[in-house]
Amino acid sequence: MDTLLLKAGGWLAVVFIAFIAMVLAADAGFAVHMAIIALAAGITLWVTINKADYAAIGRGILKAPTDPGIYDDDPIRWGVIATIFWGIAGLTVGLIIALQLAFPVLNLNNEFTTFGRLRPLHTSAVIFAFGGNALIATSYYVVQRTCRARLAFPDLARFVFWGYQLFIVLAATGYLMGVTQSKEYAEPEWYVDLWLTIVWLCYAAVFIGTIVRRSEPHIYVANWFYLSFILTIAMLHVVNGLSMPVSLLGSKSYAAFAGVQDALTQWWYGHNAVGFFLTAGFLAMMYYFVPKQAERPVYSYRLSIIHFWSLIFLYIWAGPHHLHYTALPDWAQTLGMVFSVVLWMPSWGGMINGLMTLNGAWDKIRTDPIIRMMVLALAFYGMSTFEGPMMSIKAVNSLSHYTDWTVGHVHSGALGWNGMITFACLYYLVPRLWGKQRLYSLRMVNWHFWLATLGIVLYAASMWVAGIMQGLMWREYGDDGYLVYAFSEVVTAMLPMYLIRATGGLLYLAGAIVLVYNVWMTIAGRQRDEKPMTETPHNEALDKPIVGKPAVAPAE
Amino acid sequence: MSGFAQKHKKLERNVTLLSVAAFVTVAIGGIVEIAPLFWIDNTIEKVEGMRPYTPLELAGRNIYIREGCYSCHSQMVRPFRDEVERYGHYSLAAESMYDHPFQWGSKRTGPDLARVGGRYSDEWHVQHLIDPRSVVPESIMPPYAFLAEKDLNAGDMVKHLTAQRRVGVPYTAEAIAAANEDLKAQADPEAVTTDLVERYPKAQVRDFDGDPDRLTEMDALVAYLQMIGTLVDFEAAEAQEEPR
Amino acid sequence: MNYEDLRHFADSWGLLFLGMIFLTMIGWTFRPGSNRKHDEAAHMIFEEDHDDG
Repeated sequence: MDTLLLKAGGWLAVVFIAFIAMVLAADAGFAVHMAIIALAAGITLWVTINKADYAAIGRGILKAPTDPGIYDDDPIRWGVIATIFWGIAGLTVGLIIALQLAFPVLNLNNEFTTFGRLRPLHTSAVIFAFGGNALIATSYYVVQRTCRARLAFPDLARFVFWGYQLFIVLAATGYLMGVTQSKEYAEPEWYVDLWLTIVWLCYAAVFIGTIVRRSEPHIYVANWFYLSFILTIAMLHVVNGLSMPVSLLGSKSYAAFAGVQDALTQWWYGHNAVGFFLTAGFLAMMYYFVPKQAERPVYSYRLSIIHFWSLIFLYIWAGPHHLHYTALPDWAQTLGMVFSVVLWMPSWGGMINGLMTLNGAWDKIRTDPIIRMMVLALAFYGMSTFEGPMMSIKAVNSLSHYTDWTVGHVHSGALGWNGMITFACLYYLVPRLWGKQRLYSLRMVNWHFWLATLGIVLYAASMWVAGIMQGLMWREYGDDGYLVYAFSEVVTAMLPMYLIRATGGLLYLAGAIVLVYNVWMTIAGRQRDEKPMTETPHNEALDKPIVGKPAVAPAE
Repeated sequence: MSGFAQKHKKLERNVTLLSVAAFVTVAIGGIVEIAPLFWIDNTIEKVEGMRPYTPLELAGRNIYIREGCYSCHSQMVRPFRDEVERYGHYSLAAESMYDHPFQWGSKRTGPDLARVGGRYSDEWHVQHLIDPRSVVPESIMPPYAFLAEKDLNAGDMVKHLTAQRRVGVPYTAEAIAAANEDLKAQADPEAVTTDLVERYPKAQVRDFDGDPDRLTEMDALVAYLQMIGTLVDFEAAEAQEEPR
Repeated sequence: MNYEDLRHFADSWGLLFLGMIFLTMIGWTFRPGSNRKHDEAAHMIFEEDHDDG
């Protein structure tokens, strides 16, 4: 009873403090955020003092199995739903801003809906909300199975989930109100950064705590990747987020570093958000779910060890390739380029290890659309980790930098690799987490696969053309020795490419909506009556020994 | 060898060791690349003319950041013939030495703005921000008409300059004390601004948004746009440059 | 310390040091005695399937 009183009192204090901060706020953005925090703390308070069994109610909402099972899967089920929800939100905003570039009237002449404010909403929603929830949910799933232990600190694990959703809500509403640090992929302001730091440390505690409690002697390689992802993101987030608030009751802050130092710190962060959030974390998913779905062990465990250590060592150095030919000192640019090119090797080590896991079971690409998604994800991982080192070569970068080629490159990685491997993992997880025999429909997975693939192809191809065209037009000289194109002419030339790109995005979103329906029906316990993906060719009439006809006709 | 193998087995089996080893591995690259930037002296070549932003320019810069202009506009001219001819002299590290945070950008959906100061008239900027397509028909920029409607509510500029000073921008005590007056004076054609111009050489003092009765967000943003890239006198600085 | 000194260190001892670490790592990972251990590790994710039975 005492602890309950203490907890309730604590949450009540948070409500009051947030309310006072809201009243005294120096700017509207901060006031809205404090109101959101007060509301969140109020809800938590209500849940704390109310005696209802919210875990059971939550399971009811999710139609989760009532049997708690061997492992602590509740936060994973919530995570699966959150991943899908934020995925749809992030893709939709992406489609909107893609259309804004083709039809500027869609900015709606309104301060909250301009491209400048929606773009960080899109990037953060897909990377941190969709990707982040997928990583947290799958890491909870994988670490329990590979360690054969229940989650350490179950309450903390739930706090991590809800705390992370609060971080997303604060970040997203902040972007719409113009609360931003302007550091790409690290836009949230100082107090949201602090909150994420707390949540992240709790996440690390749950993950590491579960490994400590394991009953398996060995730590499976997927956990190495998750571990390095968690630790490195903590380091990057804290250093890049260092800033000086103008007021403790206002949202604005000034970055701790300036100019060239700030630029390199930011891209050390930015590149390794790709390297550790979108690569190491998702490779961890790959190392568990691909072997499980293929029902074969990983191709080479040795390769996984070597490519793990090389990958995490090399990735960190590659940041300066975002700053080629800028005012960053040449030596740093060169280091960045060299390490980026070398990084190609461990990246392909991971791709080869994933693809070759299917060695001897290649027919599954035909029969199992989930495996097919995984293979496509790995293929795109391989392509973008080849394209990336190529674009980091200074001569190539002089053309590609500042253009849509970079946007295309990012999306072939994000849509192809991160998106597809996540969708494949969701399809793997949903029937298992909800105790269903199979998905509602495998054929719909197939539909999703083709919609997404076509979408990515349109996206990447149009952005290659757009980017290279842009780069070449900007630098084109006529015989008279003058630049041929005005900047505005280059903008006009982009229109068809922007339209194709938006079409690609629409198809990709359509695929994700098919996933929503499929998952919804699976959780509802339905199974679609459909033809299996392949029919085993079998002709009963022919399937019998040849009798009656002697092998050699007797002589007459 | 077996002793070593034994040790590594321990590493694989001990999550603390694994964490420490992974952390050290990922820390090296960042330390080697970032730390020297703070103490190798040729990182930022000294140039004449750099000064901290005036309060109005700073408020304008904060609007630039708030609206996410960096999503589509870079502020970093690379040392290529076409860029130098299109935008102006390539950017020097010193030009962003007081930029917390930097605004170099990563994408040119619109043109680079590192040398936009003084290139167009105030009227052009105001009209362009209110309705971009009325001046550049091909433009795909969002309209920012609301900036002209909103009174500038930058907050307490004394606190802003104090925070800037805490992260290393050399504002003097007088500059900080006068920050709120300086903010208003710079856009007020009738104000006495000798102190302001002395504190901030080359500061442009005038009404920027065409509405002298009000101090709007448009005033601040245009004041910022009109000073970007104008502080360093490149004809005078040419002697110290090395071509790349 | 200036740029030149760092550069010298990087392309001599620094390079040698990192190269040695890399070779040691490869050597250790491919040491012949580790076959069984790696196989076990690679198969451990399937053990639960048998238990669930």
